[in-house]
Amino acid sequence: MTLTDRETWAALHGMIFGALFLLAFAGGFAGLYSLRPALMTPQGIIERTRRLIFGTWAMAIIAWATVISGSWIVYPWYRAAGATSPKSILIANVNTAQWHTFGMEWKEHIAWIAPILATTVAIVVAYYGRDLVKNDGVRRVLMVVFTLAFACAAVAGLLGAFITKAAPVH
Amino acid sequence: MSTRFETTQTKPFGPAAAAFLAAGVGALALGVLTTWAEISADFGKALTYSKDVGPLSGKVILTSVVYVAALAVLGGVFWRRNPSPTIVYWTAGVLVGLGLILTFPPTWKLFGAG
Repeated sequence: MTLTDRETWAALHGMIFGALFLLAFAGGFAGLYSLRPALMTPQGIIERTRRLIFGTWAMAIIAWATVISGSWIVYPWYRAAGATSPKSILIANVNTAQWHTFGMEWKEHIAWIAPILATTVAIVVAYYGRDLVKNDGVRRVLMVVFTLAFACAAVAGLLGAFITKAAPVH
Repeated sequence: MSTRFETTQTKPFGPAAAAFLAAGVGALALGVLTTWAEISADFGKALTYSKDVGPLSGKVILTSVVYVAALAVLGGVFWRRNPSPTIVYWTAGVLVGLGLILTFPPTWKLFGAG
């Protein structure tokens, strides 16, 4: 049981970075949701805010790592010239062509909106720090932005999984 | 104007506003570059900074530059200011929405992409 270099990078991109971002979303969202004075003690707010700052920055960095590794390392192998590249295999068959013309075309672009939105959340959480608990409007908008980042990453991740199933990078 | 998004101002809203608006500018930049590259083959070639990555290389490099520049410029403009949260959220939301629409492949056909 071995993985080639390309399969290792594809797994790192999709199953480590990408999956980590998607899995960490629930924790980050719960942190933002519960950051309310009525639900927390002053000590709890301090602890939760520290964790939220660390968590949102970690997610932003992971999101950037996901799109950079995907676009600059794995994607060139996907779109390589030659009949055996995943892109060539997909578009050669009318039944699978849309995995490229719609699936990959959407995935490669929408994915890049996720790190932008995740970074925005991290910046605003770090800027307000403990004061975020007093700014309910900002906190609620951050939950929307965070969810949108997750949705963009989820679309890209789901399409990536289907495309890899149809024509994996070897 | 609705007060739904008004906040208890413990710190100026400006830096947060800059972050939200920069996200909108970055998303819109990606959408415009993506659609434009689909409409114009010449523009797509011009965005090919890396032969291996293709036009996506230029789109994502320029988008990242625009996003960081927007963060810096808007951060400077709104520093210590308190713009209306409602206006900021709606503006950023529309920009991000347009960016998302313009990165959706069926949209490109509406602009004449092949």
